[in-house]
Amino acid sequence: MDDFLNTFLNWEYIWQVFPDLLKTGLLNTLILSSASAVIGTVLGMIVAIMGLSTKPWFRWPARIYTDIFRGLPAILTILLIGLGFSQILRPIVGTNPYPLGILALSLIASAYIGEIFRSGIQSVEKGQLEAARALGMSYSRAMLLVVIPQGVRRVLPALVNQFIALVKDSSLVYFLGLLTTQRELFRIGQDLAANSGNLSPLVAAGFFYLIITVPLTHLVNYIDKRLRTGRKVRPEADGHDELDELTAAGKVLP
Amino acid sequence: MTVVTPVRSSSVELRDIHVSFGTLEVLRGVDLKVEKGRTTCVIGPSGSGKSTLLRCVNRLQEPDSGDLLLDGESVISSDPDRLRQRVGMVFQHFNLFGHRTVLDNITLPLRSVKGIGKEEAVEIARARLADVGLSDKAPYRPSALSGGQQQRVAIARALAMDPEVMLFDEATSALDPELVKGVLNLMAGLAKRGLTLIVVTHEMGFARGVADNVAFMDHGKVVETGTPEAIFDAPQSPRLQRFLSQVL
Repeated sequence: MDDFLNTFLNWEYIWQVFPDLLKTGLLNTLILSSASAVIGTVLGMIVAIMGLSTKPWFRWPARIYTDIFRGLPAILTILLIGLGFSQILRPIVGTNPYPLGILALSLIASAYIGEIFRSGIQSVEKGQLEAARALGMSYSRAMLLVVIPQGVRRVLPALVNQFIALVKDSSLVYFLGLLTTQRELFRIGQDLAANSGNLSPLVAAGFFYLIITVPLTHLVNYIDKRLRTGRKVRPEADGHDELDELTAAGKVLP
Repeated sequence: MTVVTPVRSSSVELRDIHVSFGTLEVLRGVDLKVEKGRTTCVIGPSGSGKSTLLRCVNRLQEPDSGDLLLDGESVISSDPDRLRQRVGMVFQHFNLFGHRTVLDNITLPLRSVKGIGKEEAVEIARARLADVGLSDKAPYRPSALSGGQQQRVAIARALAMDPEVMLFDEATSALDPELVKGVLNLMAGLAKRGLTLIVVTHEMGFARGVADNVAFMDHGKVVETGTPEAIFDAPQSPRLQRFLSQVL
């Protein structure tokens, strides 16, 4: 038992790694995952809309893009983009692997998110688009105001699940070699674990991941529940209720 | 409570409309003329092309050939969004926007299509909701309403756009029997106000009582047209006679 505690919960190491995790690691993990969540969501929506197009020269590139980035192991994509593009993009991003890590994570996320959005948008009844068109809206306006908002709402739980995956995948960026100040949670835990030969710093890093991901999973459940039960709307007090009832009863014609 | 807003309505004419889905000929040269301010009911067995014909009037279905005239002018190749601002449509399954409140369902097209300001749009929406007797439902989501109420909101939404013609595609077919009457009354009220209506319906009582003209369709063609009296009391074609003997 003492061995177990010493291996996983050595307070000395945890205490030692804690400030770095809090000040550097948490911040970097949040930056990496939220930046790629935002970019991935935007790209994902573009991929979804292209994938739903009736025109093959929109649909096919979206299809191929999705197949590639969903089909490759995340670590492979991160290495290929992080190392490969560092040569090409050096004039723009310098030797900093951080932006390329975000780019790689975004591309992976966008492939998954694109599929999530596509399934959501496709699940909206055809009548919604028809009604919007029949009211004189253009196709793009009808999609933007009527179809896409409803489609996105339905897949919000799946979207948040994808964000959770992104938080965890952000640890893979450490393969690109980060500066001390750029280290995210996993790398900080791993560094001290390697130096000390004790796993407690990684346990501490895991604790920080849970601080981010557990609230997100509960957010998923909350959204899911609210989508199924619907938000309660209280009717406005209206003095015309009685008259309306009369009209509704067919006594008064418009 | 009776609405006195002046109605600007138009005549509708369909000429030799053809529509095919693949090898299936759904409309095989349909002619239909609806005079300004009149109500025409389209009846016929299911699969006869009634709904497809109706959808040609606002070009949700683009005909393969033929001409469509609104107020005497051809609109078959004009901007369909413009046409649809002049032709309102009410669907069998209401198709209210589920993510918006009842009020927003009406203000959304007013604002996004007609470019009307928020306050004016809300004013119009409230007035149209009052017309259909549902002022108190403004803040609800459509899913909180009964089918009949949803359909009345859909009618209010279409009316708010100030159309010259209204199309009803089996507007009461999805409703529980006790809710049908309220919607039909509302439609009769619109007919009385002088709006041009084209109504695809299985409600023979409505067709007989409200319509100025009845068109009977079968196998993608208008087989017989006439006044309700002529159609229901003295049907000429054997197919109409058989149809009436089955539904009446």
